[in-house]
Amino acid sequence: MSLEFSEQAKAKIEALRERYPIAQPVVIPALHLAQAEFGHLSDEAIQLVARTLELPYAHVFGVVTFYTMFRREPAGTNVLRVCTNVSCMLRGAYDVLASIEKASGLKAGESDDDFHIVEEECIAACANAPAIVCGTKYFLDVEPDQAEDILDDLRKRPRPESEVL
Amino acid sequence: MPADVDTKIITRQFGNEEAKNIEVYESLGGYRQLRRALGMKPEDIKAEVKASNLRGRGGAGFPTGVKWGFVPADAEDVYLVCNADESEPGTCKDRELMYWDPHQLLEGMIISAYALGARNNYIYIRGEMMRETPVLEKAIADAYERRYLGEDVLGSGFACHITVHRGAGAYICGEETALLESLEGKRGWPRLKPPFPAVVGVFGKPTVVNNVETLCNIPYIVEHGSQWFADLGVGRSGGTRIVCMSGHLERPGVYELPMTLTMRQLIDDVCGGIWKGREVKCVIPGGSSMPPMSADELDVPCEFDALMTDERIKPVEVAPGVPFDMGGGKELRTMAGSGGIMVMDDHTDIPAVCARVVEFYHHESCGQCTPCREGTGWLAKISHRVAKGEGRPGDVDLMASIADGIAGNTICALGEAAAWPVLGFLTKFRAEFEAKIKAPKEGAAA
Repeated sequence: MSLEFSEQAKAKIEALRERYPIAQPVVIPALHLAQAEFGHLSDEAIQLVARTLELPYAHVFGVVTFYTMFRREPAGTNVLRVCTNVSCMLRGAYDVLASIEKASGLKAGESDDDFHIVEEECIAACANAPAIVCGTKYFLDVEPDQAEDILDDLRKRPRPESEVL
Repeated sequence: MPADVDTKIITRQFGNEEAKNIEVYESLGGYRQLRRALGMKPEDIKAEVKASNLRGRGGAGFPTGVKWGFVPADAEDVYLVCNADESEPGTCKDRELMYWDPHQLLEGMIISAYALGARNNYIYIRGEMMRETPVLEKAIADAYERRYLGEDVLGSGFACHITVHRGAGAYICGEETALLESLEGKRGWPRLKPPFPAVVGVFGKPTVVNNVETLCNIPYIVEHGSQWFADLGVGRSGGTRIVCMSGHLERPGVYELPMTLTMRQLIDDVCGGIWKGREVKCVIPGGSSMPPMSADELDVPCEFDALMTDERIKPVEVAPGVPFDMGGGKELRTMAGSGGIMVMDDHTDIPAVCARVVEFYHHESCGQCTPCREGTGWLAKISHRVAKGEGRPGDVDLMASIADGIAGNTICALGEAAAWPVLGFLTKFRAEFEAKIKAPKEGAAA
């Protein structure tokens, strides 16, 4: 069965089309919406975006595979983006990542229902390194021994990226 | 009057959760400069910006007024795009500017759009900035409601629209032509220049791309005039500068400061010195693309021209005694870049930092140009094996040769961004790399 956008998403896409002289610029916002609605960008989800914007499937597929936030596989509710770039590395980011991995039982790149762990490049929180971002929530000046607390915090109040569209 | 350490222009609302509300922004004088600007001729605003010595805060430090001047005089359908794709490692100011004071950015953008005759405008914000995106969207909705945006801005007849456009994770989209490709709904592959965006930009139309911090300064230039702004700075660089101080500091932070301060003053006086009572070893002065400085080079001001030309900074070399040639025999010292200043103490393993920097550019290379796509991969492999103490004789020269082969041979500046720090680390800290190769066991333990 082919996928369909919710009425809300359809309205959002229609409103966005008004903001550009052509339909193609809506492809990235539409992919964000599709990922939020379906959890990941399956072949069917990519087909839906292509059909909605009257773009070739190959074009949309090419966009999906270029950008790191788009995923072709399902992922846990909370995407923890743990920065390990230089500013964070200098203040112990690899120890933080290791403790997050230990506490969650997941390696970077892996998922369970609750979490998806990403080793992220610089997230523009360098003055509060090491830093983690999960949806709208930043965890700043993180110490390795805070890993359990961070995961608990997110279990209680999940921060799915789909909150922001 | 030159700025002093207490001069705060665009960071005044940092820490004030209320300032993002439009009523509060208005009560603090917000949008008054838009009213004033709408009573001015667009040419006069452009002339003021040019005379203010405002330089682009995204990395290149290019004079903003000159960039605006590249738009053809008879152009129709001009676009203004705000580059909010802040991703240069070590840089964390635009995100704060958008979060704490979104209307300041909007006011700067609307004034700039009026000066440029730009009707449709976009803020290209980094996809990962999920806290900041709704803040901007709320601010834009409120600005429409109060007619600061819309078909008839404040009854002036000027039509101005701003749309937030989210990216989806790609450092390269901070490069302005890649950003425009991405805005058009494509893979973020940089374009060959010329034509420059000011002539052929988004949707084939003349487009000005300006950084968040750059645009935030515009209302104050309108308010106080170009002379005031130029006088805040030094030489050909007007205004204050936001520096993002990170790394081994007692008090890392985002600080708005005079550009006359030296790197050493930033570290010792502003940030309370190096943590744990240690000494400084190395400073990356403007985001990880920029060649690093060693501890004996830090008495140079953090200003654009000083970092490029001050002879106290040793030029980057491709081999001992052989300067790197930026073209036409021009030497490379370093650059102020994006204001991301990363500070490393004397315990830092420089080859490990170099390998991490290279890994980033390898990950972010868009794959379009062979020297960058392949070269960053080779550099990543070699720099990691050197950092792990598994380097082979000749690896240091090999790294320099690959880096020199990337720089200048790619469509966009990501090639230089990968090559310059490698050549810089090898120039300033060559002995550390060689020691790891000669004594692999010691190196591996470091």
